[in-house]
Amino acid sequence: MRKIFGRVYVVIIMLFLYLPILALIVLSFNEAKSMSVWKGFSLRWYEELFHSKLMVQAIANTFSIAILAALIATIIGTLAVLGLAAMKPRTETVLMGFNNIPMLNADIVTGIALMLFFLMFHWPRGYLTVLFSHTVFCIPYVILSVKPRLNKNTDKLFEAALDLGASERYAFRKIVLPELRPGIMSGFLLSFTMSVDDFIITYFTRGAGINTISTLIYSQVKVGIRPSLFALSTIVFVTALVVLVAVNLRQKRIDAKQAY
Amino acid sequence: MSELIRLESIVKSFDDTVVLNGINLSVAENEFVTLLGPSGCGKTTTLRIIGGFERPDEGRVFFDGKDITNMPANQRPVNTVFQNYALFPHMTVGENIAFSMRVRNKPESYIKDKIKYALKLVNLDGFDGRRIDQLSGGQQQRIAMARAIVNEPRVLLLDEPLGALDLKLRQEMQYELVRLKKELGITFLYITHDQEEALTMSDKVVVMNEGYIQQEGTPEQIYDEPVNAFVADFIGDSNILPGQMTDEKLVRINGVDYPCIDGTEQGFPPGRLVDVVIRPEDIDILPYGQGQFNGTIISKLFIGVHYEMLVQSEDGNIEWLLQNYDQHDVGEKIGMKVDPENIQIMHKPKSEAESARELDL
Ligand SMILES: Nc1ncnc2c1ncn2[C@@H]1O[C@H](COP(=O)(O)OP(=O)(O)O)[C@@H](O)[C@H]1O
Ligand SMILES: [Mg+2]
Repeated sequence: MRKIFGRVYVVIIMLFLYLPILALIVLSFNEAKSMSVWKGFSLRWYEELFHSKLMVQAIANTFSIAILAALIATIIGTLAVLGLAAMKPRTETVLMGFNNIPMLNADIVTGIALMLFFLMFHWPRGYLTVLFSHTVFCIPYVILSVKPRLNKNTDKLFEAALDLGASERYAFRKIVLPELRPGIMSGFLLSFTMSVDDFIITYFTRGAGINTISTLIYSQVKVGIRPSLFALSTIVFVTALVVLVAVNLRQKRIDAKQAY
Repeated sequence: MSELIRLESIVKSFDDTVVLNGINLSVAENEFVTLLGPSGCGKTTTLRIIGGFERPDEGRVFFDGKDITNMPANQRPVNTVFQNYALFPHMTVGENIAFSMRVRNKPESYIKDKIKYALKLVNLDGFDGRRIDQLSGGQQQRIAMARAIVNEPRVLLLDEPLGALDLKLRQEMQYELVRLKKELGITFLYITHDQEEALTMSDKVVVMNEGYIQQEGTPEQIYDEPVNAFVADFIGDSNILPGQMTDEKLVRINGVDYPCIDGTEQGFPPGRLVDVVIRPEDIDILPYGQGQFNGTIISKLFIGVHYEMLVQSEDGNIEWLLQNYDQHDVGEKIGMKVDPENIQIMHKPKSEAESARELDL
């Protein structure tokens, strides 16, 4: 009896969580424009989506910004981790404190602060300011995911490589970097999803002419939602899902390796 | 035997703590030298200075007569077996062993032969494709050895290589190490905090405590003639007692005079206050009243081959530790005797530094 109750409970929770998304996905394939009547399967809204320059541009912006921001943040973040490791422990602790603050900060504060920063220095807001902002808010996450990989153990391995005659550069490339790689990968993926996900910071730092998926949907809501937005949302959801599954599978593989 | 490594007055501090306090050490070609001391006494730091991973604050490091104090680690002709092996986890066993040869751009055919040779040497034939995390502790230890020797170093530095293994495996590996050293014909500088390990394997044992070298010598010298109470205590269970020289080659312990073999010539003139070491196995048991002194057995423990007993002196001032093959009962009154050559006279610590070291006992 208890078991059945438990199962029902889980099912209800799942329905609450996923039914709306399922509805969204189903409606994105609906022939009709109505949100309540199913008139048959069609890709018409996807067609409309990809014929709308505005939307295609928004999709391109979203993903190019996400990839570039994640890439730059990953490089800067990883270098920062290497720099931190060479510092005195006290300095390192203080700097790590500074690293953690932006992550706790409300997005809206970060967004407005960045906007004011751009205004103050008369940077015309547009693609580059959004890219800059996304890079900035991703760096702390990269640092946080790479840093634990660089520890006493990696120091020892580095020394062992030197002991065996390797130059510092060779030892870093062949021994330390492979040790950091899982952290670098998850830092990149985390940055990517957070960038795709972001609305508030993008909203405050974008210029008039540029939209990402989230800001575009927001502006369209005011004039009335077309089902092509469902199609767009479906695409975003599926992308996020794929990345999430990829990350999880990776983690499973790593765990399985270490479980030996 | 020519000298291969020499440390000259090495001083090293971390932050404000002095970790090495003027270490002088000489290792001859083909010697098996062991640094022995309690955890934290500076053994690893000494080895790291030789390996090139730490720079001494003062003092010089010589290798084969050449000053290598400032030579980077990757150019030193020594290799290290690290405390927890530090095998490269993302590489196979074969790739680990090949590492130093790939660094030196050796031809692949040479590398292949060398991996085979090294694996055979450590009794792990055919393991080259294994992943590191598939190996047991003992196997990892062997691979760490194999990786360190393919480069043909003249000295192998080993930092507690058996420390992570269980007792039985540790004893097996002691023989393995001695065999390996013979086969390779190279010098071993070995670190351990296990006195039995040190005494079993070494040509020379260097006992360290709190950044000072306490004594160096053959295992027999260290065991039979400890220079101070620290060494005596660290090397094994001992009776360490305060005494005074009462005459030439006569020492008084707890009111009884014992003939011994040390006198003025050895620096112990009559009247001098001394410490005396008597090993528990060197005290002979006689019927009550027939020995040099008497006592009552207050505890008895069978430990493998022999019995270990605590015997209280008749005045109750001293508890003697005895080891004997014969069984005696608790409560039994016995007589005891010690041969003169088994009484080891030591200087009492004098300098402040020495006293500081003694505090640790
Ligand atoms: N990098 C370091 N920074 C600060 N203290 C250290 C460092 N390395 C070693 N020490 C200290 O030096 C002392 C000796 O250490 P070590 O040489 O590792 O001893 P052992 O190997 O004999 O156990 C210890 O008290 C240890 O805490
Ligand atoms: Mg150590």
